[in-house]
Amino acid sequence: MSHSETEALDVESIRDEFPILDREFDGTPLVYLDNAATSQTPDQVIDSISHYYRHYNANVHRGLHQLSQEASIAYEEAHDRVAEFIGASGGRKEVVFTKNTTESMNTVAYAWGLAELGPGDEVVLTEMEHHAALVTWQQIAKKTGATVKFVEVDEDGRLDMDHARELITDDTEMVSVVHVSNTLGTVNPVSELADIAHDHDSLIFVDGAQSVPHMPVDVEAIDADFFAFSGHKMCGPTGVGVLYGKEHLLDAMQPYLYGGMMIEKVTFEDSTWHELPWKFEAGTPVISEGIALAEACDYLDSIGMERVHRHGTELAAYAYDRLQEFDDIEILGPGGDERAALVSFDMDDVHAHDVSEILNANGVAVRAGDHCTQPLHDKLGVSASTRASFYIYNTREEVDALVDALDQARELFA
Amino acid sequence: MGLGGSDMYRQQILDHYKSPRNYGEIEEPTFTHVGENPMCGDTIEMDVVLDDAEETIERVAFRGDGCAISQASASMLSEQLHGMSIEELDEMDRDDVVDMLGVDISPMRVKCAVLAEKVAQDGADIYFGELDVETTRTEEDDADVPDDAQ
Ligand SMILES: Cc1ncc(COP(=O)(O)O)c(C=O)c1O
Repeated sequence: MSHSETEALDVESIRDEFPILDREFDGTPLVYLDNAATSQTPDQVIDSISHYYRHYNANVHRGLHQLSQEASIAYEEAHDRVAEFIGASGGRKEVVFTKNTTESMNTVAYAWGLAELGPGDEVVLTEMEHHAALVTWQQIAKKTGATVKFVEVDEDGRLDMDHARELITDDTEMVSVVHVSNTLGTVNPVSELADIAHDHDSLIFVDGAQSVPHMPVDVEAIDADFFAFSGHKMCGPTGVGVLYGKEHLLDAMQPYLYGGMMIEKVTFEDSTWHELPWKFEAGTPVISEGIALAEACDYLDSIGMERVHRHGTELAAYAYDRLQEFDDIEILGPGGDERAALVSFDMDDVHAHDVSEILNANGVAVRAGDHCTQPLHDKLGVSASTRASFYIYNTREEVDALVDALDQARELFA
Repeated sequence: MGLGGSDMYRQQILDHYKSPRNYGEIEEPTFTHVGENPMCGDTIEMDVVLDDAEETIERVAFRGDGCAISQASASMLSEQLHGMSIEELDEMDRDDVVDMLGVDISPMRVKCAVLAEKVAQDGADIYFGELDVETTRTEEDDADVPDDAQ
């Protein structure tokens, strides 16, 4: 690691590595605060994609030729690298490359859920789940006759752990919980939830879409049975996500997609499956994207995930403090020092779409809407909120630009 | 500024948003219809009273919730609809709504702008038995929503 974990980030030199941050709109510089939706991509990752296509683009596993060998090795090793990044000691066998978090979730819901769930079984989610988990388990439950239950979110935007202990019983087969809420910024006690789930012989699926990009994550310390995240939120490319699963669980599961690459032996009558993780990667996989994702892990490790984490939480705390000065702004979720690198808020008298339109006119990119947590918004009684989310290249000055642009919205609508 | 944005919020739009005209309910309307933008959460419900010949709009009231563009558009439309014939209403399209608003609407927001117009048109079509939907939704397959708004 090239920096000490305690040193602050050198944001200026980090910004130099992200060419898109130089964009201006008629002289107004881009202030990119939509990182929870997708992060920007550093040269190192862009270069790895370009290098792949310029030097060793080939299909994997199949060819004996030099290019295919190079591509295969890089692609397979990318799984090991990602496994290392999240503390999966089983290496590539425990890391399936998918399209995104959503596909990782669906892979388990179909491959495990359809086979294992039935009437009387319960899947426990939380009220702050992203639609990726909520809609998927809701629909799988409909197909199987299982029941979905939701752990309540309390007034401060935290999980009601007493309610969790009540809901998770011996009827629970799966607990599916978001590690960091993409709307509230809450960091959930996932290892405690894993203990509760395991006490009742339930599995736990942790949605790490908002945690892996921002904090050191060790899936074994959490004791997650399954864990999912997306490359495009962690300096990686779009089109690749990760499903981590404990080896013995993935081993016991049937594949979800069938076709080439995932088979061992095929006859007209039947087929057997390739070893892990390839059994779950049917067809030509996400080769350049997977390799670039491993590069993104290298990039983030070169900065140091502890430092990435501290930078994000400090910016979020700063944004929280600045936004809290205003009576007409209601911040969703828990207080400043406990939140992840994002702040969602509702502004009296100005609809979130109008807020984001005015911010956009000032070069400030944020997300407006329900952030794929519609039932949570319904519960909070806000139809749409505005979300500013931060990453390694954001600065306090950019938070100030956000606050100034909000002033403009306030004046217009006053 | 060059990004559209604030230019959309001219005085007239803000005025209609803050003090919507014809806001409320009509006791015995000829028809009532509701519409929404599922993606944005804008809603508009509109009551319309037709003349005895059922050719001309006599009164309109609406209520709703959502962004300034959707609500101002409903308010301005409610004024325009007074005295308009059903035929004229039928012929209205996105360009007429944008003209009425008098500002450039960014592609992503056209759905908000045309919601009220669609609610009025669909409400009339349902009343005259030409359409069978419960709720109007301004979505991608909507002719009034340009492709680049998706
Ligand atoms: C918490 C959470 N889960 C799941 C997702 C879905 O990610 P993706 O769209 O990459 O599948 C997101 C991001 O949108 C998220 O924030």
